[in-house]
Amino acid sequence: MRSAGDVIQLVLPHERNIPKVNIVLAKINFATIALAAALAASPLAAQQAGPEIANFTLANGLELVVIPDHRAPVVTHMIWYKVGAADETPGKSGLAHFLEHLMFKGTAKNPAGKFSQVVARIGGQENAFTAQDYTGYYQRVPSEHLKTVMEFEADRVTGLQLTDDVVLPERNVILEEQNQRIGNNPRARLGEQIDAALYLNSPYGKPVIGWRHEMEQLSRDDAIGFYRRFYAPNNAVVVIAGDVDPAQARALAEETYGKIPQHGAMAPRARPQEPPPVAPRSLTLADARVEMPALQREYLAPSFATGKRGESEALEVLAHILGNGSNSRLYRALAVDKQVAVTADAWYDSSALDMSKFTVGGSPRPGVTLPQLESEIDTVIGQIIDKGVTSEELERTKTRLIADAVYAQDNQASMARWYGTALTTGGSVNDVRRWPDRIRAVTADQVRDAARQWLDKRRSVTGYLIKDVSPQAEKRS
Amino acid sequence: MSRLVASILCAAIALIAGANAASAMTIEKIVSPAGIEAWLVREKAVPLITLNYAFPGGSSQDEPDKSGTANLAADLLDEGAGDLDARVFHERLENHAIEMGFQVGRDYIHGSLRVLNEYRDEAFGLLRLSLSSPRFDADAIERVRGQVLASLQRDTTNPNDLAGRRWWQTAFPGHPYGRETKGTLETVPRITAGDLRGYVRRVFARNELKVSIVGDVDAQTAGALIDRAFGALPQKNDLKPVADATPKGLGRRIVIDVDVPQAVVTFGGQGIARNDPDFMAAYIVNHILGGGSFSSWLYREVREKRGLAYGVNSSLAWFRHAAVVLGGTATRADRTADALAVIEQEIKRMAAEGPTPEELEAAKSFLKGSYALSLDTSGKIAVQLTQIQIDNLGIDYIQRRGALIDSVTMDDAKRVARRLYGGGMLVTVAGRPKGLTSSESTE
Repeated sequence: MRSAGDVIQLVLPHERNIPKVNIVLAKINFATIALAAALAASPLAAQQAGPEIANFTLANGLELVVIPDHRAPVVTHMIWYKVGAADETPGKSGLAHFLEHLMFKGTAKNPAGKFSQVVARIGGQENAFTAQDYTGYYQRVPSEHLKTVMEFEADRVTGLQLTDDVVLPERNVILEEQNQRIGNNPRARLGEQIDAALYLNSPYGKPVIGWRHEMEQLSRDDAIGFYRRFYAPNNAVVVIAGDVDPAQARALAEETYGKIPQHGAMAPRARPQEPPPVAPRSLTLADARVEMPALQREYLAPSFATGKRGESEALEVLAHILGNGSNSRLYRALAVDKQVAVTADAWYDSSALDMSKFTVGGSPRPGVTLPQLESEIDTVIGQIIDKGVTSEELERTKTRLIADAVYAQDNQASMARWYGTALTTGGSVNDVRRWPDRIRAVTADQVRDAARQWLDKRRSVTGYLIKDVSPQAEKRS
Repeated sequence: MSRLVASILCAAIALIAGANAASAMTIEKIVSPAGIEAWLVREKAVPLITLNYAFPGGSSQDEPDKSGTANLAADLLDEGAGDLDARVFHERLENHAIEMGFQVGRDYIHGSLRVLNEYRDEAFGLLRLSLSSPRFDADAIERVRGQVLASLQRDTTNPNDLAGRRWWQTAFPGHPYGRETKGTLETVPRITAGDLRGYVRRVFARNELKVSIVGDVDAQTAGALIDRAFGALPQKNDLKPVADATPKGLGRRIVIDVDVPQAVVTFGGQGIARNDPDFMAAYIVNHILGGGSFSSWLYREVREKRGLAYGVNSSLAWFRHAAVVLGGTATRADRTADALAVIEQEIKRMAAEGPTPEELEAAKSFLKGSYALSLDTSGKIAVQLTQIQIDNLGIDYIQRRGALIDSVTMDDAKRVARRLYGGGMLVTVAGRPKGLTSSESTE
């Protein structure tokens, strides 16, 4: 997707913002899917003029990435654990995210709230996020306080202590979060259903937030067990971006994280894999609150980690040409020329350890049915499969995507996030650095071949979101 | 009329006290050859330019029966201009990786532009076209109007929108601030191409324009770029006056029925003007009550202790003709009354007791330290500089801000807490909250 937006952004007091307090959850609604795709499209960085990035591993197995940017006296410090919702035991959905919340409940050394109070006192920001493949925690602080937050963060790699007094109210918080993100949002409910239908065997079919009936049963012991199994220096990556130099960061890391003993060897992240999909699937979600019908289709597609060389790059270019912005095939055909859609887009997420997905979607204009819209979308996709893309489209897209790599250098928090995402989903620092070159190398033939191979309906689930007009629904509302 | 670029170095400003020289930032006030003033920060580390600007005259300029005019105009500014139709205009933008954005608020229309150095002339030229000669072609109007109507239609069952809209309508009846920037399902269909052209003609002018530019560019080049974008605009705008207002309905509670599992609550009351001597004290006190950190009173009582909500906040919002304090939360239907009771109790306690000295010190420390985080990208710096110009705080504000925060005393905090939270709140709730009904008084 376009534009490397601020992932972590200060909310100006002017902006009326409904509470956006803790926790970013990736991959559970349209907005965050788009964000994930933005991350995927722009793991960038270091073009010729980019910063010198350091990458090293401590004796206990903790990997570090340091991205210097001395323009402002602030630093972004993140720890990324290589564990996410896809690593949960069946029956415990939502546990990775629940633990993420509970990580703010204190350690033997630092009682609950102390870390947050210190971050607040020094004028820092903090938060955390959970996705299928990773769980991350970050602080953004004035650079002279880097060591302080590293000490606290190192302490909670192994020092978490939990009692039911704090666990049970927090379970109510995640249930409210589920309501806010999913229950109150018909589109998010549709996305959840499509994911569940798309993934026949992979744990990616479970929502990161969890299924409510399982969330309601999560316990202190579940959380502590998960923590002891997965939270360890040799299962994490620390990314530090901003006003720090690599030698200084390394010394601070040795003094803080370096003292944590290594965990036993981590088991390989081998999750159940998808069988080849053989049948198109479709589903319809009816909800009384739907005022604008929508269609969303997901195709099972390779990620950077699972794809052959050049495959995920071709899919990124394809997603942009097909459905990103006013120049895209879908928008021009459906919204401008035929005037059958209000919106039409496509996006692709390359950052996944296992098989990922390529998504198209849109909303019809009044008077147009969802099957009509679907048929028009199929026509546009069919044209790319038959005839490929033009050299002009290819060049425009490459210019846009490669520019994102430069724009990203303006934002230390985005840089940290991209490196963290890559390093917890099967990529390396070099993969990220070479991203502009990899995009530059994509050919028109590769884009057409990607469309032919992966945009095959048998690989897909198509979801319709419609208004529930049954008498029962009328009565309810 | 053409003069040399007058570049005046007004102030050298460190981001935070004690910041080393490498991290200092200098804001220059420049005046373009055509006489347009702008604030410039030169930043060579990344080869790009970020422009941010604002014209007074946001949605408060809309006719009541055509609310949404400014918003629709803004949505159409990149849909064709001059000789370029929408398709060609969008191609030009993307061929050069230019990001051009417009955003309408109640008082201002804000714009932003981000471009790589190599394409800056093209970008500022396209901006000139979009501001001076937007086409407003019929097909583009209908397409974009369709998008706005679809989003308004979707809002009709969205509890966040329902609670927010009702709050503003009730607080500012008959005033432009009571109307939504996006307009309504009734008003947006009435807007004509003539209305859109009229809006642009009245609002896009040089006299009250605020411009900020950050990037790898010197003062002379910046002046030329600014003239390229804005030099063709008329000298003077023609704005309709907007009356000063205070929020009404304080003490009322309004429940809007919508079938959702979680009720959304908006609460708010009289705020404080940006130029009020007590503004900084109010800003600090609000931070302690419900600001962004994980240590606020509301966060602690509603989320940490009771698990009633995922989020709860309170913030100050100020406008040219009104100021409000506004907060919100979302909580399950059978506990909404509890959550609201806790929030009201904390607000009352803040009005009666104010913060403790320790809380005041912690909040000051946070607000001073965190400012640098709002200035760590070109885009954020440009936004902040435009806001400082709009608020008329002076080019040395970033330097003075720490001392303004430090000067707030416990007496100030207590007095302002009483003033801010002692007057009652208007509460709107969208959902099916158990045991809560609309009432004229929440006492």
